Amino acid sequence: MDVLLQQIVNGLVVGSVYALVALGYTMVYGILQLINFAHGEVVMIGALSAVFSSKWMLAMGMGPILALLLATLLSMLICATVGVLIERLAYRPLRNAPRLAPLITAIAMSILLQQIGILVFGRNYFTFPELISKTPLTFGHVTTTPNEIMIFVVSVLLMGGLLWLVHNTKMGAAMRAVAENQKIAGLMGVDINKIIAITFAIGSALGAIAGVMVASNYGQAHYYMGFMLGLKAFTAAVMGGIGNLWGAMVGGLLLGLVENVGLIFVRGDYKDIFAFVVLVVVLIFRPQGLVGERVAERA
Amino acid sequence: MSALLEVRKLEVAYGGIKAIKGISFRVDEGEMVTLIGANGAGKSSTLRALSGLVMPVGGTVTYNGKDVTGVPSHALVGLGIALCPEGRGVFARLSVHENLLMGAYARKDKAQILREIDEIYGMIPRLKERTAQLAGTLSGGEQQMLAIGRAMLARPKLLMLDEPSMGLAPLMVEKIFEIINLIAKRGTTVLLIEQNAQLALENANRGYVLESGEITLSGDAKALLADPRVKAAYLGG
Ligand SMILES: Nc1ncnc2c1ncn2[C@@H]1O[C@H](COP(=O)(O)OP(=O)(O)O)[C@@H](O)[C@H]1O
Ligand SMILES: [Mg+2]
Repeated sequence: MDVLLQQIVNGLVVGSVYALVALGYTMVYGILQLINFAHGEVVMIGALSAVFSSKWMLAMGMGPILALLLATLLSMLICATVGVLIERLAYRPLRNAPRLAPLITAIAMSILLQQIGILVFGRNYFTFPELISKTPLTFGHVTTTPNEIMIFVVSVLLMGGLLWLVHNTKMGAAMRAVAENQKIAGLMGVDINKIIAITFAIGSALGAIAGVMVASNYGQAHYYMGFMLGLKAFTAAVMGGIGNLWGAMVGGLLLGLVENVGLIFVRGDYKDIFAFVVLVVVLIFRPQGLVGERVAERA
Repeated sequence: MSALLEVRKLEVAYGGIKAIKGISFRVDEGEMVTLIGANGAGKSSTLRALSGLVMPVGGTVTYNGKDVTGVPSHALVGLGIALCPEGRGVFARLSVHENLLMGAYARKDKAQILREIDEIYGMIPRLKERTAQLAGTLSGGEQQMLAIGRAMLARPKLLMLDEPSMGLAPLMVEKIFEIINLIAKRGTTVLLIEQNAQLALENANRGYVLESGEITLSGDAKALLADPRVKAAYLGG
């Protein structure tokens, strides 16, 4: 029982990070029906940027909380720029191309960004400084850390903020309108390219925050970290129903829970396999995902 | 009367096949002009070119004295051109209210926008009753009303309607045309596309007949209604 409770707490922390990354996949898919495979690498860039900038800030004598805040903001800015550039340079020219073309391009962008990651940061594992305490806190039989609590709380706040933005602002309505019908949205005066760029920017900035969280949670970052994380988050998005914001959140949290609770029953090395088995099972019974609605395949 | 919209030798092609073969027509300020024609004549293609949805391959479009040929649709809204597209095109997953707000997307005068939405609700009480409902759950007629209301929220000088009567029951068609006439009476210039020639010519000031991408007849709407060629081809003898 105590083990279960502990694994639930661990699962929620990891799951909230999956959810943040999954939102990036699902937002882009919702608006372009494109799986942006490079998103995991955007997260990696966010994490590595924060490693270097926060270390530099600490060396300059800045306090750890301020360093974390500024490093995260800088990562968000860098990732938003990278995301917008990927869309502008790689995906936009292919907007009317057969669907296979942008898909292959997305895979190419993922590999390209990994290589850029190596060139800019190097191949090493870089330690992420302990900016928020990781001293264990024990509540009853469950142990967590201030860092983990921070990750979970910030994730939940960000998800709430995104839902609010999408459902209660003019820009959010425009995003939903473009997702539903680009041409008609254009007739309303919506600059479609601008809305798509904003979508990439928001998704990538959320990815940057997720990258900082992962780096701080595991205390390290390196150029290949985006691959498995991206794959898991994509799995979460599909499991929840890709294109659906709630789906990404539910899928992310659920995947984190399933993985960690599963650890009670299977050995740690099987953790990743377990996640994908769950995906397959979900898709067999609900092909549209847990929250997703059944939509006709677009022509 | 000055021409609000002047179309000269407009050509639209899809993959090398010309759907519109160099048509010219004009719409004067305050008029209701209709473009009638059979299915596939090129009516929607004409409107698509006028609203920036397709790039014409030839000809010019002058609006309010300015050349607007090939201007993208989001930029035309600000100039005062609104299209109520074929098949209504409401955002099914947005609420009725959000759909109306999208119509006013290019505007910034929030308070005035809300007043105008209330006016539309006054004019079309069915929409008011369904303000929070997703537009996809409305009936066809209600969706058409919503699409027209949404287009009006852009405060267009020129409202273009693509077959507003399509697929609607006669009673609903009547209601829709009441709304269109009210809009025209209040001073909005209307370019109406219809397959229902009788209905269109009864309501419009002038008309053009489009056949396989070319204008074959034009003139006063009443005269066209009485024209034996129009009668034979479009009014069932
Ligand atoms: N997107 C398209 N691609 C190819 N051909 C099209 C397209 N849209 C319309 N057409 C063709 O152009 C012609 C005119 O169509 P359209 O403008 O829709 O006619 P209408 O609105 O009068 O029924 C038709 O022959 C139609 O098949
Ligand atoms: Mg048509």
